Amino acid sequence: MHDLLTGLLERARQRAATEADAYLVDEQHSSVQVRLGKVETVTHSREQRLALRVFSGKASASASTSDLSRESVERLVDEAVALARLTAPDPVAGLPDPGEFAPAIPDLGLEDPEGHGLTPEEKIAIAQRAETAALEVDPRITNSEGAEFFERRARYAYATSHGFFGSYPTSSFGLTVSPVASANGEMQRDSWYTFARKRARLEAPEEVGRIAAQRALRRLGARQIKTAQVPVLFDPETAASLLRALAGAASGPGLYRGASFLLNRLGTRIAALGVTIVDSGIIPGALGSRPFDGEGLPIRKTVLVNAGTLESYLLDTYSGRKLGLPSTHHASRDGGGVGVATTNLYLAAGEAPPQELIGAVKRGLYVTELIGFGVNMVTGDYSRGAVGHWIENGELAYPVEEVTVAGNLLQMFQAIDGIGNDLVLRDRTSAPTLRLARMVVAGN
Amino acid sequence: MKPARFFEDRFGMTSSLMERLLGSALVGRVEDADLYLEYRVNEDLVLEEGAVKKASRHVSQGAGVRAQSGERTGYAHTDDVTLRSLEEAARQARAIADRAAASAIVAVKPDRRPHDLYSLAVPPVAADLGGKVALLRRIDETARGADPRVRQVIASVSSEEQIILIATASGWTVGDVRPLTRLNITVIAEQEGRREIGTYGGGGRVPFDFFLEEERWKRFTATAVRQALLKLHAVDAPAGTLTVVLGSGWPGILLHEAVGHGLEGDFNRKKFSAFSGRIGKPVASPLVTVVDDGTLPNRRGSLNVDDEGTATARNVLIENGVLVGYMQDRLNARLMGMTATGNGRRESYAYPPMPRMTNTFMLAGQDDPEEIIGSVPYGLYAVAFGGGQVDITNGKFVFSASEAYLIEDGKLTAPVKGATLIGNGPEVLKRVSRVGHDLKLDEGVGTCGKDGQSVPVGVGLPTIRVDGITVGGTQV
Repeated sequence: MHDLLTGLLERARQRAATEADAYLVDEQHSSVQVRLGKVETVTHSREQRLALRVFSGKASASASTSDLSRESVERLVDEAVALARLTAPDPVAGLPDPGEFAPAIPDLGLEDPEGHGLTPEEKIAIAQRAETAALEVDPRITNSEGAEFFERRARYAYATSHGFFGSYPTSSFGLTVSPVASANGEMQRDSWYTFARKRARLEAPEEVGRIAAQRALRRLGARQIKTAQVPVLFDPETAASLLRALAGAASGPGLYRGASFLLNRLGTRIAALGVTIVDSGIIPGALGSRPFDGEGLPIRKTVLVNAGTLESYLLDTYSGRKLGLPSTHHASRDGGGVGVATTNLYLAAGEAPPQELIGAVKRGLYVTELIGFGVNMVTGDYSRGAVGHWIENGELAYPVEEVTVAGNLLQMFQAIDGIGNDLVLRDRTSAPTLRLARMVVAGN
Repeated sequence: MKPARFFEDRFGMTSSLMERLLGSALVGRVEDADLYLEYRVNEDLVLEEGAVKKASRHVSQGAGVRAQSGERTGYAHTDDVTLRSLEEAARQARAIADRAAASAIVAVKPDRRPHDLYSLAVPPVAADLGGKVALLRRIDETARGADPRVRQVIASVSSEEQIILIATASGWTVGDVRPLTRLNITVIAEQEGRREIGTYGGGGRVPFDFFLEEERWKRFTATAVRQALLKLHAVDAPAGTLTVVLGSGWPGILLHEAVGHGLEGDFNRKKFSAFSGRIGKPVASPLVTVVDDGTLPNRRGSLNVDDEGTATARNVLIENGVLVGYMQDRLNARLMGMTATGNGRRESYAYPPMPRMTNTFMLAGQDDPEEIIGSVPYGLYAVAFGGGQVDITNGKFVFSASEAYLIEDGKLTAPVKGATLIGNGPEVLKRVSRVGHDLKLDEGVGTCGKDGQSVPVGVGLPTIRVDGITVGGTQV
């Protein structure tokens, strides 16, 4: 990998590129899907992708290929350099300053070589155990979209014309189950999952299956409710989606284009006092951790929101320079270009057990699933389809569907008046149960 | 360009080699098998802050080998298109089928010939880069010149060429060369501290000059500007169940979400679609006929052959309100005893195919669009939408309006801020009470996601009136 990348950068230099960086991913992926106990699909793949970004003075361009033959790699360089002649110079374009690169590459425990030793039969058995457990929970679990076990093994390498070279391996494993519940002509599906960098850290297949079944069952008998303005609770899964929207608005590319509702809000209150949001890429063994970002800068822990105040944006070098701020080391690579991505993003846990948050609500909605894309990142206007439970006198009364919850993200984060103590880092973005004082729920 | 020749020249993949791969590895052990070779070039140019500062070119190539037996699919893919890698992939794909009882190959050569819907003299990836950059600059100037409130313009031209070759175990081979391009314009306007966004664009399996013809780019730009400015003084959307009039064209995303996904063969074979077992039953008002047609020349959702080599077709899904057909790939058609409809699609060689939509639209009716709006005492008129999503099991779907107006006493009054509409697929089309004579297909911007695979699609709709959809606004 080292030789391939440095050879590429050398060729870029010969072709008159003033600076360049190159990124290589080599991954193997395999998955098994079972449905109603039988094997449905088994896939296996090996892929490589090489991406190059070149600067010709202050103009830049990028190119990528999945063909690593010598001829193709040479063409990649030539095409990128030719494209760079076409683009307009940009005064802030360029690699990070040499002094900023990660001085050492920490071992964050992201790889699990032993975990990959399963035979196809063993992988099939894991998926079957999870699905069988789901099917056995209740006779109303009548069908299944199936269960899938997957594993992915990858190696990332990154090099710059400044002389930086870094590389690291990762593993990931996952199991998802999607049962279908039915009663009285109504069908409802739901799913549950477990993801981990180490296979041994996956939750028991039976447990994942049981939870998936309970999630599908609790939706049976769902009805629409009357349009109302009421307190709304988001369960940890849906609360995490609010966090993803906020992180999107805090990301550099949207900010310097003026396409974010968090523009000019650094240092101001954007959420209730109890809200602290952190992005940490250095948690050992966590799904979003990585030793350096997409530009070779060391990963760290960033407090985005501290007690309601927006303390940091999420920036790569370019968007940081556009905004007159240093990179926050959140660069990500997508094809040849550079974007911004979070690592492990979470909203810090509060004190209240979720039952207590629900218990204090006289009439309100407890949201367990959101669908649709009704989030305007420029204004923060928010309107999405919701599924959940109606709360009546502090108890979950009956399941609800075909309603929307609407508001504005800035006002919504200000309106958080309850934060659960149930934070679990299940995925790259995680949140505890959140209660918002008031939102508009549209129904009939 | 002949795909067979292309893969032979580039990778040495001759027909006898492919036959050997499929033959020795798979014959007699599986019911169906195919080899999918793909070479794709993507080129993107992005203008922001008045200059084209981002340009990129991506090449991806690879091959997928699939073996099927009963309901089982073994799929292996590699980006290394060499005999050794492909033999290994075939071995991996077969591993699953080996567990099944041996049975004869049932894949047969399709009786329909591939179409010729988008041969272009100059495909968009080959068009001059200078011309593309010049167009983006003109769009920027035009948008900024249109109104002083325009603060930011982001315009992009994406071009793609996909060359595929499909070889099946029964010995037939079919290829396709698929051009695709899209122009996208986003405008951000600001007035008294309030910022808003407008987005518009179009494209298809067309040459780059498509954007210059009929001054399309000017219309796209003007529409993006208009949307952003309108929203600056839009009122909050009402919340609750309202009569909704959907404009012609892109609002056809309603069909895509409300019924389209629910009529894909895989969900129905597995019986967890809200439409399972409803063939022959009424699922819409008698005014409604819905078609999925992959054979429209130069459309974004069109294909000469699908990604399994089956020629696309015009498939009627709902006829005068009655459900008459599903969309099928080969696997699900075989297992349901139906015919493959040319809807087997995949994002790339990295994925096995599954039933997907092509261009999905409702046929025109009799009514005058103006009259339809005039017939509504109080409601919402929606003409542009962002994305949508559906839960195919309970049938609930949502889609978000990006340009909408209040209807009061039959007249359009205030523009309304983005609101999400939510409804139930098998019910919503029963409430269609008027269908306009103005069927229009969208401009060519749709991308559909399913199980992590994205494919280009088209939608279309005449102006229709729906008597009751829940509107997710904030005004109670």
